[in-house]
This record gives sequence, structure tokens and C-alpha cells, in this order.
Amino acid sequence: MTPAIELAGVTKVYRRYSGKQFATLKSALLQRSIARDLRPSETFAALEGVSFAVPKGATFGVIGRNGSGKSTALKLVAGITKPTSGTVRVDGRISALIELGAGFHPEISGRENVFINGIMLGLTKREIQDRFDAIVDFAELRPFIDAPVKTYSSGMYMRLGFAVAIHVDPDVLLVDEVLAVGDEGFTHKCLDKFAEFRRRGKTILLVTHSLGLVETLCDEAVWLDGGRLRADGDPKRVVGAYLTAVEQGEEQLMATTTAKAVEEAGVEVPAPEHPPDMFRATEGRWGSREVEISAVSLLNGSGEASFVFHSGDPLEIHLKVHAHQPIDDFVFGIGLFSAEGVCCYGTNTDAEEMAGERLEGDAEVRFAIDRLDLVEGTYKLDVAIHKKDGFPYDYHRLLYTFRVKSRTHEVGIYRPPHRWTFSPNVVFKRQT
Amino acid sequence: MFANLTNLIRYRALIQSLVARELKARYRGSVLGFVWSFINPLLLLVIYSFVFTTILPNETPGVQPYGVFMFCGILPWNWFATALTDASGSLIAGGNLIKKVLFPAEVLPIVSVLANMVHFFLGLPILILFLLVSRHYPRPTDLAWFPVVVLVQLVFSAALALMLAALTVHFRDIRDILTNVLMLWFFATPIIYPWFQPNVQRFRWLFDINPFTHIAVSYQEILFFGHIGQWKWLLALGAASVALFLACYWLFDRLRDSFAEAV
Repeated sequence: MTPAIELAGVTKVYRRYSGKQFATLKSALLQRSIARDLRPSETFAALEGVSFAVPKGATFGVIGRNGSGKSTALKLVAGITKPTSGTVRVDGRISALIELGAGFHPEISGRENVFINGIMLGLTKREIQDRFDAIVDFAELRPFIDAPVKTYSSGMYMRLGFAVAIHVDPDVLLVDEVLAVGDEGFTHKCLDKFAEFRRRGKTILLVTHSLGLVETLCDEAVWLDGGRLRADGDPKRVVGAYLTAVEQGEEQLMATTTAKAVEEAGVEVPAPEHPPDMFRATEGRWGSREVEISAVSLLNGSGEASFVFHSGDPLEIHLKVHAHQPIDDFVFGIGLFSAEGVCCYGTNTDAEEMAGERLEGDAEVRFAIDRLDLVEGTYKLDVAIHKKDGFPYDYHRLLYTFRVKSRTHEVGIYRPPHRWTFSPNVVFKRQT
Repeated sequence: MFANLTNLIRYRALIQSLVARELKARYRGSVLGFVWSFINPLLLLVIYSFVFTTILPNETPGVQPYGVFMFCGILPWNWFATALTDASGSLIAGGNLIKKVLFPAEVLPIVSVLANMVHFFLGLPILILFLLVSRHYPRPTDLAWFPVVVLVQLVFSAALALMLAALTVHFRDIRDILTNVLMLWFFATPIIYPWFQPNVQRFRWLFDINPFTHIAVSYQEILFFGHIGQWKWLLALGAASVALFLACYWLFDRLRDSFAEAV
């Protein structure tokens, strides 16, 4: 069976618009630069050698970060732009839910716009006549259908656009992140409509950032990254691979944030004053530096330095300390803060009734958390070494950033290990 | 290219509804609505008549009343000039359609030409009324030529509209250049002066190479003078317009793929 959509070695190169492009005929003529300007000197490949095939009747997801070429791929499939090289083949009538209501004219009524939009999408007048009621009911715009479209809210506008596009009855439906158009109820209606399409053996190409949707709705998925195909096949596997890469990206971001914060704080003149308010969240580093914290790293369960942890994973804070002279009055402290600066947890060796006796030379301190039971979010870390009376040797305030990820989406800060139990007459849908 | 040209026929329902939309949208929200299509040319005619019979009387024999004579050329010229101005901006104005939807771009300039043709038709009753009042009765044999002139002008305008629309996407200056060129062209065409004036005849060749001369003179002969002497020129222009249309369509087709990116 021939696939419904087939991309073979597709490359799409855009000319990067720089100041040099011929903005006006005059400049082109004056500088005799038409020929030079027409030659693409600076180009940008939105897609590079991408191949995939969507079988007939499949629901196919395309995921990837912003700027990864998803929308370009969709435009190529829709035929709006042509590939620079490679071939795009589509079998059957396409309807693209890309820009909803793109053809609407604000001055004329919703009714007239439905007809014109339908004709643009390839329907005949008679076909629109037959489907008109269904379209209006789907968009929930019966009372407003004779008002000019300029009086519509953006939600109404989108709903009408969606309703027309989906009633074209295409063989191939292209969807670009349009499920965000309406309220909860409308989104459900759209999903039902997609389900109906699938039952009738139509092909759906879905571009979205909603990974859950890809996992539940799609039969297959591809992951585009920087214009190249990174993974394809089973949606769960592709989404998994994508999430891993996103974490790696975040990891890098956290690493640079931390490095920058530490560097900036290091330049500051150390103020031996203890800050008056422990709970005021301002970044910085201060202290007399008789003992210095020379390195801080966060280790994951396998002992590797990391900046991204999963809720419930172990976390170890590893401090390298250097005492310039032997001291006997010292307290190690740790503080965990949420991104908003709320203190989640703070402790020190004094509070836990460990009295310092001797510290000299290079030393290591490890603070191990068996389960990091925090909800998803970005957190910051305080580490400090100070005297019992609070006089700081070296205080690192909010310099270290890490991220906690969770597959679930609870709110708050603390995620206690928990389980639900129900009596047998409480039944939930089985997860697919 | 020819496959795309036949597509143009397939799009006629689309063109039809877009022309209707254009006309509806233009007067939507105004109290008089379509009546403006009659009032605008009427006011124009009244002004010209007043100026050239009272303020600056033009007594040239054979072209009386002068206002009505001028109006025979001004009405089609307005169609031509507005169509080209609209068309040159049509792809940019319809940018959403070209960028976001699979949409046959050539429909847009053609809709500009056709929508303005409808306005031209709506102005005709006013002209005919004044012709009859001033006792200029066009002969039925001449009137048979009327659809021919309209058709020639339609093909000629559509050709230029396609070319201008495609080029304006890349060179936005064209819209400003066009305004000035049209102004010059208007005065270079025997519309507000009769072509048989001795001064016109002295530069005869200049007027002969101006395509709109033959269109304007044809309208004047058919409606005002009642004898068509220009028909050979008209038919030649018709044939040339078809060739020009094909050439412009070819250019448009060549540039088509750049529209979605450059708009």
C-alpha cells in the first residue's frame, strides 16, 4: 500500500534575511547588486535530508523544539512551499489546520466567510450548503453567524476556522498545534473529531508540543531537531528520546547558570557581615574566607555530577572545603530554595547537634538525600560554613541551580511518597 | 504553466466568491452601500461638466458636451488604473493566504481586475443616461464592438496585473512608481482631449504605441461619436494582449514559489 504522505530526502533552504538583501528596487539598481543579492549568500536550512512516510490511516506525530523545522515540514506537506531538494508526495485531499481562519475577511459575516473559506479549501457551494449547519453547530456560533467576523473574539474566530477546515472531509488532515484554540469543552470536541477521523481510516499528521497527546493519540512519531530527523517509530520511544535530550539541554543551561553565578559572586568583595535576614533570597557570596568552599557539585544516583533530577531520585551534595588554618569552631549548613525563593528545607551540623572539633587542610563534605521528594520545578541551593554564632567563613547564597522533573503534575513544593487506595466500587479508566 | 492556466478555470468559483466578497466588503458598514458605485462617477461627471462648460469652456466642435466626452474615456481608465494599483498590492495584502494556506496566488490580482470591472459596469448607466440626455445615441452596430473593447481591456489589464503583483512582492517600490507612471500615462492618452486634435496628430506615432490610446479611442467612438474607426488597432491590440498575458503568466509562474517566503 502506498503511504499517504512521503518525504524523501527533503531539504528546505531559506535565505536568511540580513540587511544586505535588496529591500528596494532603487538600492538594487543603484548598487548594481541585483545579481549578487539574488544569489543566496547566507542561507539557513530549515530541514536537511528529512525522510519519513506516513502510512494511510495512521495518526502521525511530529515533535521537536521550537525552530526544529516542524512547521516547515507541515508547510511542505501542505504544498504551501516547495522543497529545495528532495520530494514530497501526498496522496488524497489535504486539509491543513495550520492557520485557522487565515482567509477570513473581517468586514463580512461569518456566514459568507464560511462559504468563501470552504471554496478556498476546495469545496463546492453545494457541499458547503450541505455541511453549513454542521459547521456552525460545531463552532457553537449559531447566534453570531450573521455578524461580521471583525466582531468575533479570537476564540470564536479560531473555532469557526477549525470547524470549516475539519468539515472539508479530507483524506489527510494536517494539524499544527491548534488544540489550544478553545476551552476545555471545545478541545474535547476536537479530540473526538480526530478520533472519528481515525475510525474512518483518514490520515492525520499532528505537530504539537503536547507530548502526552502524541503518546496517547499517535501510532507513530518523528522527532525533528535542528532540521534533521533524530528519531522515528513508536511514539513512546520517540517521546522518551526527546525528553532525554531536553533534560540534557536543561542540564547545560543549569550548568552555565551556576557557573555564571559562582563567577560573579567570586568577584565581589567578601563582606564579613552576616546578612540580617536568612530568608531573604538574594544571590551572593560572602565571608571571611578562613575556610573556603572551593567546589560544589550535585551528584545523582550513579554518582555523576548533574543538574537535572527526577522527583524521588537520590541527590548528593558534594562540597570541597579548604581551611587556610586549622579551626575548631565550624558549622556546615545546607539550604534548599524554590525558584521563588521559598526555603524548602534548611539544616546545619549545629542544629543536628554535631559540635565541631577540628578542621584543617583540604576536606570533603557529602550531604546525601535518599529521596528528593520535591515537585517539578527549578530549585536553588545555599551552602555555607560558618561559626557557631553565625559569623560566616564562606557563605554561598543561591548560587547553585538545579531542576527537578516529574512525570506527574502536582502543585506545591513537597511531594511525599504516597499511594491511593479505593474501595472496589471506585473505578478508573485503564491507562493506555 | 499550461496546467496551471487550466487550473485558473477550475478556480472560477473561488474567483467569483472573492470578487463578490471584495464588492461586499468595500461598502459594508456605509449607509448608502452600493449606491456609492453610482454616486462616485456621477459626482465626477458633474464636476468635469461644470469645469469644462462654465469655468474653462471648451468649445471644440464635435466634442460637445465636453464633460460627457471625457467621461467616455475616464470611466474605463479608472477601471484600468484602480485595477493595477489594487493588483500590485494584492499579494502582499493577501499574505496570510499565500503563506498559511495552499492558495492559487494568481487569483488575487485577477480578482482585483474583475472587482474593478464590476465597478466600471456600475458606472455605465450614469454615462448612458448622460449620453442620451445630450442626444448621443450609439448605433447598435457599434455597440456590438463594446464587449470586444471590454474584453481587450480585461486581458490587457489582467496581464499587467499579474506582472505587477509578482514583481511588487520583491520590489515594494513598484507601488509608488506605479502611481506616478499611471498619472503620466493618463495624460499621455487622449482621454481629456480628443485624439484628432492637430497637436496630437503631430506626435501620432507616440500615441499609436500607447495601447490605452486604442482602448480609450474605441470607447469614445463607440459611445460618443457613433462610428468605429479604430477596430483594426483594437483587434491587433487584442492579439498582442493575449500574448502579453501568456508572457506575464509565465513570469508569475516562475516567481510563484518565492511568494510564500518573500511576502
